Amino acid sequence: MKGNFLSFVKKESLHILRDTRTMLVVMLIPVVLMILFGFAISTEVNNINVAVVAPERTDGVKDAVERLSQNEYFTFKGYIESDQIDECLRSGKVMAVVLFAADYDRRAAQAAAGVPTEPIIQLILDASNVNTAGSATAYLQNILLGTASAQSMFETRMLFNPQMRSAYNFVPGIMGLIFILVCAMMTSVSIVREKEVGTMEVLLVSPVRPFKIIFAKMIPYFTISCIVLVTILLLARYLLGVPMSGGVMGIFSLSLLYLVLSLSLGLLVSTIASTQVAALLVSAMVMMMPILMLSGMLFPIENLPKFFQVVSNIVPARWYIDAVRKMMIQGVPMVVVWKDCTILLGMTVVLLGVSLKKFNDRLE
Amino acid sequence: MYAIEVNNLAKSYGRVQALDGVSFAVRRGELFGLIGPDGAGKTTLFRLLTTLLLPDGGEAKVDGLDVVKDYLAIRSRVGYMPGRFSLYPDLSVEENLGFFAALFGVGVEESYDLVEPIYKQIAPFRTRRAGKLSGGMKQKLALSCALIHRPSVLFLDEPTTGVDAVSRCEFWDMLAGLKQRGITILVSTPYMDEASRCDRIALCNEGHILGIDTPTGIVGQFRSPLYAIRSRRTFALLEAARRQQGVVQCYPFGESHHLVVDDTFDKEQFVRALSDFEDLHIEPATPTIEDVFIKLMKR
Repeated sequence: MKGNFLSFVKKESLHILRDTRTMLVVMLIPVVLMILFGFAISTEVNNINVAVVAPERTDGVKDAVERLSQNEYFTFKGYIESDQIDECLRSGKVMAVVLFAADYDRRAAQAAAGVPTEPIIQLILDASNVNTAGSATAYLQNILLGTASAQSMFETRMLFNPQMRSAYNFVPGIMGLIFILVCAMMTSVSIVREKEVGTMEVLLVSPVRPFKIIFAKMIPYFTISCIVLVTILLLARYLLGVPMSGGVMGIFSLSLLYLVLSLSLGLLVSTIASTQVAALLVSAMVMMMPILMLSGMLFPIENLPKFFQVVSNIVPARWYIDAVRKMMIQGVPMVVVWKDCTILLGMTVVLLGVSLKKFNDRLE
Repeated sequence: MYAIEVNNLAKSYGRVQALDGVSFAVRRGELFGLIGPDGAGKTTLFRLLTTLLLPDGGEAKVDGLDVVKDYLAIRSRVGYMPGRFSLYPDLSVEENLGFFAALFGVGVEESYDLVEPIYKQIAPFRTRRAGKLSGGMKQKLALSCALIHRPSVLFLDEPTTGVDAVSRCEFWDMLAGLKQRGITILVSTPYMDEASRCDRIALCNEGHILGIDTPTGIVGQFRSPLYAIRSRRTFALLEAARRQQGVVQCYPFGESHHLVVDDTFDKEQFVRALSDFEDLHIEPATPTIEDVFIKLMKR
């Protein structure tokens, strides 16, 4: 019976290997996503165009503008008149305008001496992109305050990701997404294909129990996922420079658990769907959307409305991404994220149990 | 003992009654045909007997085993070829055969003597993908795969649908060969002309069995006089003939119409009444299974 099982695995591997296009897509998607999120798409603030309005170009103003133009995040676009502000922002020529008060030098000195004064700098920003505007404000304040106030009241230190690299944030998210894509979607489609093509009929009229065939189906997909996992981890470490200080073994073991969970999810979908298209749609709607929206991959869970915060608890990716983020970026060992691990393990057991129970021995 | 026993079997899908109390029995080593149009319930019957569906009523036994209670045992000793091509199109001919052998835990060599007469015809294409085979070759491969574990009962659901005439003829020759080796075969077909290749046939329509007998026995049931009539104006002739005295039924049959009549029919009078069909041709015809089928259906 053992050689039997291996020949099922072989048959399934042949299916996958002969479908070169799908193979390529599966292998390339993680790489493309990593590069895309790692470099092209970022929430970091870069190359912000700034204009300055200064009634008097005193030394203090010139000094502040000098610091501004030397900063890598900003590009100084020159001085403008106050009646040009609106037009400059509206046309998108600049994203931020800095207005200096008329007697800037005197009041700056007053402020430095600790005497309360009226505001001396006004910042006007194009807030159509909230994230960028927010970050730009913070940066501008930092730069311009530099010498204006003698002592800064706060000293801020960004731990774990001091450069605020957005790639760090995305890597766990991509992992959470890609494994659902490969394991859940591809397994469910491949099981449903047997139903749709009619081979399931022949498979059922045989002495082999169907779940045995299905486990054989999962093995090649599991193998592919492991390859993808290694690829992602290598890219994250050496291309994006993610620290992985929590130990690669921990991340790897947790990911293996998540892979099994995704496979169970795919099995469950296959018991519900009867056509490949339906399986794809269910996977896309029921799995992809919640992962993108409710897992903390794109939007922090704390920012979601209360209702969706509750819903996000049943999204497995939420726990996985949370744990991987902690291990990968904060560098904590696996023990610290025991809560996420336990929840994921529980979900796996439930999903696997339900889908095996639901899996039908007959056609109806 | 019978290889297949079906007793008052019923199955419905929602409000559609697919099988409505069907009973028949197939002897060991018999080649038994289910003849009937699409929607007669043939596929449902096959799925019930191969334990893929659960019956709503009645009972059935395959090889002495109950299709509900002993379904696992049945599955290892029957061969099943569904109506649709159900092999893996992306696997080669020999990979398909190898997989189905593994599915039943046998080696291809063990049963090769049984499969050989069929498989040797497609063996030259053994490395070709199954999806790229012609219709006739696909059927041969599917039959080889269904036989690889030496089943005692073989279920073939419309094996010749969509296959060319020559391959259809070859296919029935192969079934005759398998029958020689003692395998019981239940085969369904919508083609009435194939019925004569069976030992016994059951005519079925809309979930009922209309009659069971040997092909000659079935034809023998047809006792009314039968004529074939022909004219260039085919449709007008059909209409006109149906209105004549003593005509029970008139229906298109190949290039002519078949005319079923009773005692009150007078051939001379019929020809006179249809005298405006100058090219009217009328001659006695030998009844076929199709004639019996149409007669039983009308009842």
